[in-house]
Order: sequence, then C-alpha cells, then structure tokens
Amino acid sequence: MEQAAPDPERLWQPAPLEPLSHPDAGLESMVGEETKGARDEGPGDGTMTENNFSLKKIEISVSEAEKRTGRNAMNMQETYTAYLIETRSVEHNDGQSVLTDSLWRRYSEFELLRNYLLVYYPHIVVPPLPEKRAEFVWHKLSADNMDPDFVERRRIGLENFLLRVASHPILCRDKIFYLFLTQEGNWKETVNETGFQLKADSRLKALNATFRVKNPDKRFIELKHYSDELQSVISHLLRVRARVADRLYGVYKVHGNYGRVFSEWSAIEKEMGDGLQSAGHHMDVYASSIDDILEDEEHYADQLKEYLFYAEALRAVCRKHELMQYDLEMAAQDLASKKQQCEELATGTVRTFSLKGMTTKLFGQETPEQREARIKMLEEQIKEGEQQLKSKNLEGREFVRNAWADIERFKEQKNHDLKEALISYAVMQISMCKKAIWDVLKDCAVLFFFCAPSGRKKS
Amino acid sequence: MGLSCAMLGECIDDQMTLPSSHSRSRKGDREVQDLILPNGGTPAGTASPASSSSLLNRLQLDDDMDGETRDLFVTVDDPKKHVCTMETYITYRITTKSTRVEFDLPEYSVRRRYQDFDWLRNKLEESQPTHLIPPLPEKFVVKGVVDRFSEEFVETRRKALDKFLKRITDHPVLSFNEHFNVFLTAKDLNAHKKQGMALLTRVGESVKHVAGGYKLRNRPLEFAAIGEYLDTFALKLGTIDRIAQRIIKEEIEYLVELREYGPVYSTWSALEGELAEPLEGVSACIGNCSTALEELTDDMTEDFLPVLREYILYSDSMKSVLKKRDQVQAEYETKLEAVALKKEERPKVPADVEKCQDRMECFNADLKADMERWQNNKRQDFRQLLMGMADKNIQYYEKCLMAWESIIPLLQEKQEAK
Repeated sequence: MEQAAPDPERLWQPAPLEPLSHPDAGLESMVGEETKGARDEGPGDGTMTENNFSLKKIEISVSEAEKRTGRNAMNMQETYTAYLIETRSVEHNDGQSVLTDSLWRRYSEFELLRNYLLVYYPHIVVPPLPEKRAEFVWHKLSADNMDPDFVERRRIGLENFLLRVASHPILCRDKIFYLFLTQEGNWKETVNETGFQLKADSRLKALNATFRVKNPDKRFIELKHYSDELQSVISHLLRVRARVADRLYGVYKVHGNYGRVFSEWSAIEKEMGDGLQSAGHHMDVYASSIDDILEDEEHYADQLKEYLFYAEALRAVCRKHELMQYDLEMAAQDLASKKQQCEELATGTVRTFSLKGMTTKLFGQETPEQREARIKMLEEQIKEGEQQLKSKNLEGREFVRNAWADIERFKEQKNHDLKEALISYAVMQISMCKKAIWDVLKDCAVLFFFCAPSGRKKS
Repeated sequence: MGLSCAMLGECIDDQMTLPSSHSRSRKGDREVQDLILPNGGTPAGTASPASSSSLLNRLQLDDDMDGETRDLFVTVDDPKKHVCTMETYITYRITTKSTRVEFDLPEYSVRRRYQDFDWLRNKLEESQPTHLIPPLPEKFVVKGVVDRFSEEFVETRRKALDKFLKRITDHPVLSFNEHFNVFLTAKDLNAHKKQGMALLTRVGESVKHVAGGYKLRNRPLEFAAIGEYLDTFALKLGTIDRIAQRIIKEEIEYLVELREYGPVYSTWSALEGELAEPLEGVSACIGNCSTALEELTDDMTEDFLPVLREYILYSDSMKSVLKKRDQVQAEYETKLEAVALKKEERPKVPADVEKCQDRMECFNADLKADMERWQNNKRQDFRQLLMGMADKNIQYYEKCLMAWESIIPLLQEKQEAK
C-alpha cells in the first residue's frame, strides 16, 4: 500500500509552522525562496492546503554535541555522541526568538526519522544525512567517529538536514518530524507505531521491478542515468580533492623546516641577521597557515558530499516510480490474461494454456454449469481488476506529477546551492592568495631595510 | 632610498584593506561585494597583476644604480653546441669591453668552453694564492639523469659562468691578472695553455714552496672566526639546499594531483545544464593555477638552487685558502722560534725569517680585504636571491588570484531559463 500523499493524520495540529533557518546556516536565501514558493503556490498535492493562518516563524539549530555512554540493545556498554537540538520561535514583530524546545538526539534517531520519511514520502527527494563514517579522508583527518573535528562537521551536517526538512513545503508539515523536534521521550516508539517498516518496499521487489519494468517514464530513465553519473563524478572529485589536500599539506609543512635553519643562520650573520630572521619567521607563519586553509576546504567538500548523497535520494524516487510502473504493468497483464481466458471459455476456443484446460483434457470436459460459474468468477475478477487498474493508473500518474514537481524544486535548489558553494570556494582561494601576497610583501620590507647593501652600512 | 620607502609604504597601506578572515565564509555574496564594484571594475585597492611584483623589481633596480664607475665589462652568452668526431661540447661567447691599457683593443669577442674556465681558475689559484677565487659551477653532474645539453642545464651553467667572470672583473687585483687577460682576448687559448705562461708573483712563488707540516700556534681571532663562520655557513646552506629540493619534489607531486583535479570539473560540467559554464570555469581556473605553479617550481630549480650550491663551493675554496694562510703563518712562527732558540745569533732577525713575516702579513692583508668584499657581495647576492624568490612567489599568487577573480562574475551570472 503506497502513499502518494501524506494523510491528514500525519500533519501536526493545530497550525502549520513556517520554518525559518538559523542565520548561520547559509541556506537563508534558499529557504526564503522556498517558503515564499510554498506560500505562493501551496504544496503540490492539494490535500493539505489549509487557510493561511498567521504563520509563526521557527528557528532550528543543532547547537551542541556531547559524548555519552549507555547500554545498547544487547545491554553492552557503548559510547556515542548526542546532539542538542534547539527550536526557537521568532515573534513576527520584533524578531526576538524564544526557546520553545530543546532535546538531545543521537545519529541513529536521525536515521530513523529519515527512513520514516522515505517510506511515507516516496515522491519527495528526501534530504540526505551527513555521512555515517568519515570517507574521502586525507591523512590528517581522522576516520574515527569520536574525533572532535568529525563530530563538529557532523553536527553542522545534522543541522543542515533538519533545516532542509523544515524548509521543504511538504515535509515540514509532518507530525513525526514535529515530534522529533519536540518530544524527547517515546519518540522512537511513536515512529515505530506508525508501522512504517512494514510499509517499506522490499529491496528485492524493487530490484526485480527495475529489471523487468517495460515502460517507465522517459524522464525517470534520464534522471536515474543523471544521478548515477553525478554520484560517480562527485565521488571522483572528492577522492582527488583529498589527495590534493594531502599534497598541499606536505608542501606547506616542509616550508616549515626552513624556519629553524634560517633562524640558526641569522645567528652567525651581522647585517643580514634581521632579514634572515624575518625570512625564517615568514616560513613558520606560512607553514602553519595550511591548517585553516584546509579546514575551510573541508567545509566545501562537505557541501559537495551532500549532493553526492542527494544523488541516492534521486535514485530512490526513480526506483519508486519503476516499482509502481511495474506493478501497473503486471496488473494490466494479469487483467489482459483474465479477459482472454474469459473469452476463450465463452467461445470454447483454447489458445492459452491453463491448468484448468489441462485438467479438463485429463479428466474430461467440465459441465456447462461449471463453465458458467467460472466465466462468472472471471468476469467479477475482471471488473475488480479494471477498478484496481484504474486506481493504480491514477496513483501512478499522480505520483509522477508530484515527484516531478519536487524534482524540479530540487533542481533549482541544487543549481543555486552548488553555485554558492563554487563561489565561496573561489572567494576562499582569492582570500588565501591575497593573504599570501601580503605576508610576503611584509617580510620583504624587513629584508630590504635590514640587509644593508654594500657601501651603505646600517647605522 | 627615500622614494623607495614611500613607494613601499604606499603599497603596504593598500594591502592593509585585505580581508583578514576566511573561516567559514558562507557569506559568499557579501565578501564578493568587496571585490567587485557595481560597474564591473575592480577597486584600486585590489592588487593589479603587475603591481606587487614590479614594486619589488623597482626596489632591486635602485640598488644596481649605485655602481662604481667601471672600465671593464664582461658578458657570457650565446651557448652553442659543437659536434666533433671525438666529442660533443658547448661553447659560450665571451664579450669584453674595456678602456684599460692592458687591453690592446676596446672590444673582444671570443668563444670558450667549460674546460677553458677550469684552466683559468686553476691558473688564478696558482698565481694569486692569497686571494679568494670565485667558484665555478660543478664540473660533473652528480645526479646522473640530467641532460648536459638540455636548455635548462646549459642556461643554468651559462648564468653561473657569467657570474664567475663578473666576480673576477669586480676584483681590484684579480681583474688585472694576465691569465684573465689572455682568457678574454686570445684567439687560440690552447696555444697559450701549451706555452704554460707562469707569471708568478713574489708571494705566489714562495707560497708554492711552502711545505706542509708546520704547526700553528696562535691563529689570529679574526681568521679563527672566519673559519668557524664558514663551517656553520656551509652547513646551513647545505640544509637549505636539501629542504629546497624536498619542497620542489613535494610541489611536483602536488602538481600531479592538481592536473587530475581540474579536469574532473569539466567532466561534471558535461552532465549539467545551468551549472555547466560555472563548472567549466572552475576547471579552467585550476588549470591556470597548475601552470603558474609549474613556472614557480621551475624558477626555484633554475634560480634558487644554483646560488646555494655556488656559495657552498665558495665556502669550500675559501676554507682551503684559510688553510694555506695558516701554513704561511706556521712557517713563520716555526722559523722565528728556531731563531730565538739559537742564542749565538745576532739579535737582528735573519733575512729569510723577515721574508716569512712579509709573506704572512701580505697574505693576511689580502685575505682580509677579500673577506670584506666577499661579505658584501654575499649580502647583496642573498638579498637579491631572497627578494627574487619572494617576487616569484608573489607572481605565482597574483596569477592564481587573477584566475579566481575572473570567474567570480561567471559564477554569479543568472542564466535565463534554457
């Protein structure tokens, strides 16, 4: 039983909240457009268009991370990290924010939320979570999940995830999402009670559909192809970038070796001493500047990673379409075969193989009454089948329509976000170059003034 | 000097307005506003490609202007390859311009090969043993894989040979040496080599005959200090040379990865619609930065390393001159002692001991003068070297800066729906 649109039961009451992103998040402009869009057109599926209540604005932030120990499902001691989620509501008039909710969640709970959303909103490109384990590491980054840098980057990624969900015109209204932000205890039970795990499509079924579907919507085929390519190219990019970072780190750090030598050399010189000391100092500063540079670049890599994982979300929507389309095709095929059977029974010609036909041959002809009964049964099944086919068709078309609307929304978001990411990457490089030039000039000044050329002794 | 200060000061003020922090710059739009004016131009504060680098050049040029009036100019250029049955070698053209009476003609142009330079140096060492003779670039290439006839190698060598001759030209004593004159002017140097012209000065002759084995009592402080200084100096230069080589190696490896990194953006661009141009722009940008880095690495190899090596060689040859001086002093001291022990001798010091003393004092004077000259030249050379390297680095960053700045407008462009 698939859901093309979330049912009203899952919406939160009373009034839907208008989410506003945390100022730090950098999704400001995007979110602004998002919510504007939502207000202008209303969510795609129509069932949730409420009257425009006076919308309250909320701010969400994942503000802290804390190491915890506890007992896991198997009653074994484990260490994990918990994240503090704070929700604030912003008063329309004065922009002041008031803390309304604050609770701790761990990564596995985020995963649970996302899996739930995947099941109930299969037509939505569901925002991805930050990576479970550190990948694309270069040598300095630890692959350890407890490493503070990794935890910090994950905190940002989780905040980003919540903001994305909150700013999605459809997802933001989900009750389970609302409870995730507001109800600390019992939330897991509440999610599980929805029985979403049962509703999830089996992997096997999905795989089968992918192979056997005959006529999926062309746009979805293209989209799947695109998401495969995107995933491949971004992976490659991230791998090479990690190697570049590694090498760059090496270059900078070896420059650091100059520092000590120049210092030692300056000790034996008279007029040149200060200049050499300055050169040595410059090298030390240069060598240590790489840490900040690469930290900023890591942030850029995280932005790319998000879209790497988004590719998988795109594929999930495509898979759902293939499954529905396959289901439809199977139902149509089944109906056609029943109709044919019926026709053959009525006319007496046997063209199709059927067990009944076989047994008839073996055990003798059936009576006209028996045949009538069978025809009647088939006719009923056919009628039912036609109804089902009609509704499946409708469902399928609605799914395609809704999914495609979200995909268009996603494309806009992607283009905007990646452009922003590239811009900030360029700005980072520019800033780095300028600082480097400035540092060199600064130290050159010392070199010039303190290495008195011949004939002009320093007084 | 005052003018240069003002220029530098001006430049520093401009640079004060640079953005300082680049951490978590998610406010990309706002920072970019600082860089690009609404009419599309760049503000005056932003370094134009030539500005920072040419400033350094101007500072250096100032220095060169203070030359003393010279009457002898020597240049090494125009390397040519000669292929003969027995061997292949390179010759360089030596051009001499002079008003000195020692030269018959005002101008000379001859061709010499490395062997000839080596001969000259040996002759100078023989005939002027109390002076510091500049070093030649290494005779044999230790690295093995280097091509003796590659453009880079020949050019590096030419520069070093040019430096060698210029140093001799600048020396008040060496520049008047007859072997030097012959080297610069003779049509057929080999004929002269065979003649074995040996113009030995008084001191030179006697120094040749100084046997080793005299023990030195008191090395004068200044020469002890020079010896210690040279030891440490050579050691530090050696370390710097090793570090520099390591840096070049790391930079080359970095370059390899960069050359793979840029094109991936191109591949991505082929998948996209609206993002195609921005991604392609980034790819090209990274390509430009890669090229700039390659140029910087080449500069380091061609300009920085040779000077380090030259000064290491210089230190070595200076150490041997110091040893010779020690020997002369030792001989004098020993002979003096011997005289002092003989009580029968008249109080007057014998002639040959006096000669020794003379020799020693001349040596000390020559060496002191040369050391001072060497220190000045060294200071100038290293200042120029470090400034030169700084300049090359600035050029590299300016090239990268220009590349990244030029794609900002491309990235910000709003495309109409396709």
